[in-house]
Amino acid sequence: MTTRLEIDALIDDPATRIVVCCGSGGVGKTTTAAAIGLRAAERGRKAVVLTIDPARRLAQSMGLTELDNTPRVVKGVEGGGELQAMMLDMKRTFDEVVLAHADPERAKAILENPFYQSLSAGFAGTQEYMAMEKLGQLRAAERWDLIVVDTPPSRSALDFLDAPGRLGSFLDGRVIRLLTAPAKVGGRSAMKFLNVGMGLLTGTLGKIFGAQLLTDIQTFVSAMDSMFGGFRERADRTYQLLKAPGTAFLVVAAPERDALREAAYFVDRLAADEMPLAGLVLNRVHSTGASQLTAERALAAAEALEENGSQAATVHAETLAAGLLRLHAERMQIMNRERRTRDRFVSVYPDVPIVEVPALAGDVHDLAGLRTVGERLGAPEPAAQRSNRTG
Amino acid sequence: MASTPGPEERGPDWEGVRLHVVSGKGGTGKTTLAAALALALAAEGGRTLLIEVEGRQGIAELFGISALPYEERKVATVSRARLGLPAAEGARPGELFALAIDTEQALLEYLEMFYKLGRAGKALQKVGFVDFATTVAPGVRDVLLTGKACEAARRKGADGRRAYDAIVMDAPPTGRITRFLNVNSEVAGLARFGPIHNQAQAVMRVLKSPETAVHFVTLLEEMPVQETVDGIGELREAQLPLGGVLVNMVRPPLLDAAAVEAVHGDHREEVAHALGEAGLGGRSRKPETIRAAVEPLIDPLLDQAREHAERVALEHDQRADLQQLKLPTYELPLLGEGVDLGGLYRLAGELKRQGAA
Repeated sequence: MTTRLEIDALIDDPATRIVVCCGSGGVGKTTTAAAIGLRAAERGRKAVVLTIDPARRLAQSMGLTELDNTPRVVKGVEGGGELQAMMLDMKRTFDEVVLAHADPERAKAILENPFYQSLSAGFAGTQEYMAMEKLGQLRAAERWDLIVVDTPPSRSALDFLDAPGRLGSFLDGRVIRLLTAPAKVGGRSAMKFLNVGMGLLTGTLGKIFGAQLLTDIQTFVSAMDSMFGGFRERADRTYQLLKAPGTAFLVVAAPERDALREAAYFVDRLAADEMPLAGLVLNRVHSTGASQLTAERALAAAEALEENGSQAATVHAETLAAGLLRLHAERMQIMNRERRTRDRFVSVYPDVPIVEVPALAGDVHDLAGLRTVGERLGAPEPAAQRSNRTG
Repeated sequence: MASTPGPEERGPDWEGVRLHVVSGKGGTGKTTLAAALALALAAEGGRTLLIEVEGRQGIAELFGISALPYEERKVATVSRARLGLPAAEGARPGELFALAIDTEQALLEYLEMFYKLGRAGKALQKVGFVDFATTVAPGVRDVLLTGKACEAARRKGADGRRAYDAIVMDAPPTGRITRFLNVNSEVAGLARFGPIHNQAQAVMRVLKSPETAVHFVTLLEEMPVQETVDGIGELREAQLPLGGVLVNMVRPPLLDAAAVEAVHGDHREEVAHALGEAGLGGRSRKPETIRAAVEPLIDPLLDQAREHAERVALEHDQRADLQQLKLPTYELPLLGEGVDLGGLYRLAGELKRQGAA
């Protein structure tokens, strides 16, 4: 049956250099990434956490107040390690890529192109590429021995896996030549060099985009053309890095049908690309210290107490106890549903190790909160035994 | 559609709105409530279209049907009675259609519709233009998705009547919604004239008109509420038309009082006694045996009450934050066993009773 995902063993292993957290939105992915980073640091690693669009309070809990695209030391970390954290600035990362790959004149042309400005400011998709670009940069810097990465909250979070292939198909593809040819050679004379099919296409593109936008796009593409090679190389390298033995993917989910369906998608997708999956982090799992009392018995007892309500002296205590029993019945029902949902996942993916993280009453506001989440991720004892929680 | 609202039913708050855009933070039940809203709208008769844009096949999953192709397909016939509402005089059941948009096909369709490309369209696909468009210019995706929704909203049949009385779009999550809806103004700025410019402007006219409303789905939890507040602020700034706030998975308040009560003072002895009386102490009649049997239950039960009380206090704060928004708010109950088709109809009935449709 399912083995337990040992987070502590994973982050204590010096061979683990990159941990990628992926999953659908709303399952506590960013919190998980931050908590793992903190726990690793407090267990002696020199870690950096790359977050993408974290909730304000979570960012504040790590002392991140602005989006400046640079790792900052997180204060208040205990133990011998070190933790740095950063928020991804998509546009700045893209600008840096351009500056790194194009000569100053070309870079200037790209950065000023209206098409580029719009593209880099954050259309769907750009975020995924830039997150991976940043990961590549952090890894290349060799300043940390563990990098924990959060991914954008969408199914397309794994689109970066396609990046090398897609970029490759551009370079070898005709679209680039099609778009760059007229701009390079200059207007109509270029048509002579194109066959009839190409001419038809260029005309079509002009019709679609309008002459002015087509010129913007052509300028952009021809300026980018020189750096596509470097871009592709980088994407290829990051892809290989992700596949390498030092990387571990964690799929994060909550014990709900939709979240686990997305988790299944991620697990399949990672397997298809032969990416190293470490396991599933199942957040917000409910537990109880009184699992011996079933929902049915609790409800029956609550009803019995409510019927007895007429015996005046203890009415108050009985109402209170009935309320507690109904709350317990609700908890047991939630737990049953969660277990069924989880078991369905396990029956399809018996080989995926799982760690269950008990639900917190509120959100994480500070480092202590992150530490608590980290303890729950790492703690070896089953959730049900921890009934005397503080919080 | 002149129907008389039932005694407990509020008149619809969104009279005149034909395009309902439903956004929300991931995990809040956005797709479910978009579907419930579509059912509620369809119950008044006429034709309603539910559009899915993220390729998850969430609609098919909800309605228990096989994956939707890129084609408008009827998924339900809905009457008021099916939503548990009193039948209105002369009311006829409505039809609900669903569409899962496939970006690649939508691009080709779009090109065909506006430019009558024929052979050139196929050639574009062949040279990898579609890949190119969705990778180098990912915004193209958003242009197509919003364009398709507006096209359906504006479409008229051969008889000159609207093809759909209402459109519900299960849109991208809160963090992305303003940019998603505003993508066409950006495009209109990039292409300052020509067909793309005109198309983008036409889409923006629909999206900014009173015929459109953007609804937000949230939970009574900190992060979703914060994102809703932020998202609504951005939408206001972009002058896009605001809809209502749909608060999902609201727990019944009946346990709150007991939980809050349990936290104050020491109730161990009374609770122990009551549990014994309720028969949880086993068959023995000896008080000490009963006490010993219920003992292991007391702390866990009180702990759970404490957690619940904490949650109640938190929810109270979140509700106050939502009220500050001064938007129509609808509360949908938590369905303990998850949302099946029956649950979906129940949510639709609830939306209708509260005036969301």
